Amino acid sequence: MGARIVLQHADISRALTRIAHEILESNRGADDLVILGIPTRGVVLARRIATLVSEFSGIDVPVGSLDVTMYRDDLSRHPTRAPSPTSIPPRGVDGATVVLVDDVLYSGRTIRAALDAIGDIGRPRAVRLAALVDRGHRELPIRPDFVGKNLPSSPSERIYVRLEDVDGEESVTIEQGPTGDQGSSIEGSAS
Amino acid sequence: MRHLLSTRDLSRDDAIHILDVAEDMADTQTREVRKLPTLRGKTVVNLFFEDSTRTRISFEAAAKRLSADVINFSAKGSSVSKGESLKDTAQTLEEMGADAVVIRHGASGAPHTLAASGWIDAGIVNAGDGTHEHPTQALLDAFTMRRRIHGTASRGRGLDGITVAIVGDILHSRVARSNVWLLSALGARTVFVGPPTLIPLDLTGWPAETSYDLDATLATQPEVVMMLRIQTERMKDAFFPSPHEYARRWGLDDERLARLGPDTIVMHPGPMNRGLEISSRAADSPQSTVREQVANGVSARMAVLYLLLSGERED
Amino acid sequence: MSTPTLLIRGATLPDGARADIAVVDGVIAGVGTLDASPGAMIIDADGLQALPGLVDLHTHLREPGHEDSETVLTGTRAAAAGGFTTVFAMANTSPVADTAGLVEQELALGEASGYATVQPIGAVTAGLAGERLAELGAMASSRARVRLFSDDGVCVSDPLLMRRALEYVKAFDGAIAQHAQEPRLTVGAQMNEGEVATRLGLAGWPAVAEEAIIARDVLLTEHVGSRLHVCHVSTAGSVEIIRWAKARGIDVTAEVTPHHLLLTEDLAESYDARFKVNPPLRSAEDVEAVRAGLADGTIDIVATDHAPHPEQHKDCAWPEAANGMVGLESALSVVQATMVDTGLIGWADVARVLSTAPARIGRLAGAGAPLAVGSRADITLVDAAATRTFAVGDLAGRSTNSPYLGRTLPGRVVATLHRGVPTVLDGALRPHDEVVGAVRSVTAHG
Repeated sequence: MGARIVLQHADISRALTRIAHEILESNRGADDLVILGIPTRGVVLARRIATLVSEFSGIDVPVGSLDVTMYRDDLSRHPTRAPSPTSIPPRGVDGATVVLVDDVLYSGRTIRAALDAIGDIGRPRAVRLAALVDRGHRELPIRPDFVGKNLPSSPSERIYVRLEDVDGEESVTIEQGPTGDQGSSIEGSAS
Repeated sequence: MRHLLSTRDLSRDDAIHILDVAEDMADTQTREVRKLPTLRGKTVVNLFFEDSTRTRISFEAAAKRLSADVINFSAKGSSVSKGESLKDTAQTLEEMGADAVVIRHGASGAPHTLAASGWIDAGIVNAGDGTHEHPTQALLDAFTMRRRIHGTASRGRGLDGITVAIVGDILHSRVARSNVWLLSALGARTVFVGPPTLIPLDLTGWPAETSYDLDATLATQPEVVMMLRIQTERMKDAFFPSPHEYARRWGLDDERLARLGPDTIVMHPGPMNRGLEISSRAADSPQSTVREQVANGVSARMAVLYLLLSGERED
Repeated sequence: MSTPTLLIRGATLPDGARADIAVVDGVIAGVGTLDASPGAMIIDADGLQALPGLVDLHTHLREPGHEDSETVLTGTRAAAAGGFTTVFAMANTSPVADTAGLVEQELALGEASGYATVQPIGAVTAGLAGERLAELGAMASSRARVRLFSDDGVCVSDPLLMRRALEYVKAFDGAIAQHAQEPRLTVGAQMNEGEVATRLGLAGWPAVAEEAIIARDVLLTEHVGSRLHVCHVSTAGSVEIIRWAKARGIDVTAEVTPHHLLLTEDLAESYDARFKVNPPLRSAEDVEAVRAGLADGTIDIVATDHAPHPEQHKDCAWPEAANGMVGLESALSVVQATMVDTGLIGWADVARVLSTAPARIGRLAGAGAPLAVGSRADITLVDAAATRTFAVGDLAGRSTNSPYLGRTLPGRVVATLHRGVPTVLDGALRPHDEVVGAVRSVTAHG
């Protein structure tokens, strides 16, 4: 069960920098941008992207977290998930361009849940999606707008994103799953 | 969580986890759309053998905000009042596909019996049984205390070092029983205060002290004073001589209210007898959490239903 | 026609001696080293403990009125399975056994069963209402020859009525068997008052409610010079009071149930209503005290308080469930576990507390006689070395509300002889037609 490193510390930083530039480019600036991370690691990435976007644009971009646990469609297929806090910046999301940030994009179900969650909070002008890694195998018609790295993978493999603030180290690795079971292949990283 | 029958079954970690989830639920209740899709397709039955509109509507609101289907089954006017047994009722609900049964029953232990019987597969939530327990009341009380004391920094925290005086009819109170175990798990200290006739004789091993003197207890500046409803019927059974004497010795009147610190929390599970165990001014004072308790009840019950129904079944 | 001669070979007698026992015409014809007469039935009792047929002074047979729980036939089958040859039937049937006609009816139902001798107990007060005395004299002089009177299930709480009852039964050497429970102190009571009850939110049944009545009754008994029997003693304080009364010379006897010798209040934590009984299961200290009282003779006998209930009266929330447990089939095993295997008493004492003494208290001639020539051949053979996990299949009555299901208990009744007729052989009940016919021919003969 060897782990193969796909992105190292510097690669991750480069990817996030590129995403930050692309966001500014597609939004034509930082006005009305709201960046929301999906817990746990998506929130860390969102904060880093927001910092970069603010730095590049000179405008303080609001950042928050959006927990999607309560919107998932697979709750009874897993042990009870503990929800994480949602914190929406004071300006809300109405009329904003919301950039959702997650670490790994896989089936697309998390993003589906996130879109439902945003709908209950307000009415953004547009919703964009940024992911550090896109590993394919989508089950819903969802496509990222900003991707750090496309990483074609087999469903039996697991992708682990480790971030300094959460895990004490910084890397993206790909590993052979213990049983190769697709069902438990999680979208996002092991925690 | 398979069932919620008693707070005595909850560890500190369990309790904090439920309260933290309740915080998440409370957060969602400030959104534009307060209804979550979480329990879509799940059926929650409110099985009420005793009237309690407050508790029932609180559970109903909690279940509906999580998009569960709610069936209210009240004993009055139903087959239950025609002598149908708990067993037959349970089997009926099983056939109707109940995922959770919220039960209020006049008989202590009825929720345990239901959970252990094998008559029904659903998760059981005790919504008050006889003079035994009322776990969701204790959870909402603890949630309320935690928010008042720790504010937005409540998550992950207990009630360590807090003293809670529970005042009144401890002997018959399911609220007192559920509170004492939960408060102990969360690190708080409980003092039972009331007339000796209404405090159980043998509390060996209970994490509670007792006092017959409300003024002496208030002088120790407890962080929380929880007043229990006093049933006037108790007077007929000679538990105390008169409502007047009770109010004078064990009621939270205006004069006692004035002696409380500004941060002392005044709680009451409701419904209140204003002028008996609590004065109107005390009930409406800034220290009073009576109205918060109602709102928090929905969040706490949402958390319980979520934890009971969302995951894979643990048996 | 005489019944075939029967020979029990190699049994251990209560005093520990090994002997054969010969039975002819329902009577013990020989004890010692014996030869079987030709055609005699042989019961191999090698390694088995022989006891005089057990006598239960406290059985609820439920018939007439509650035949869905038990009948005289099913109850006496349960008795035989437990090694009992005589049961005293409590009066709280429906209608209540409070007249000569009703106790004679109960007696006749017993005769029609044959599995055990049924001796009716008469009610103290008409309809158990606690208002006026039942026709005690008429019941005493009826064919049922009632000597023991009880309102069991209800306490004769009115002190004046109790005094009158005690006085009145002196005319025919009767006794009042009191269910000691002060009613006002036990309103709504569900289990022993104490920490466990408080935790479970179940209304308490305080020890003092039993002790206060026993104290009053022994003083009344002394005052009027009568005879008192205390049913189901359950608390340490009760044992103390009875010890005091006996030392004072008061004519009081007392019983303890098997369940109060073994089980404690913490079993209620399951809210399993099989453990709901009146008086309630008490603390471990109380269990210690009643065991000590039985060992030192303060408590005279063990009586089952066999109380069958249909499933629906137990399969419900605790406060809504009926009080009581079946006990005939398990009594001897529980006594062995709590008293014999613990070294507190020997088998000779078991013979006393489960046979001789209860027959004497009930003034029932013939029952509880020692295993000696000329005694009625009521004999129980027990395999004391056996153990079993008690199961529904071990119950022979109509109801299954036993607190011992799933528990491992020592001892097993291998054979029961009622008036020389095997009611149980090889651990199995004999068919009714066989039993009743044989018992009839013995009693007609004798």
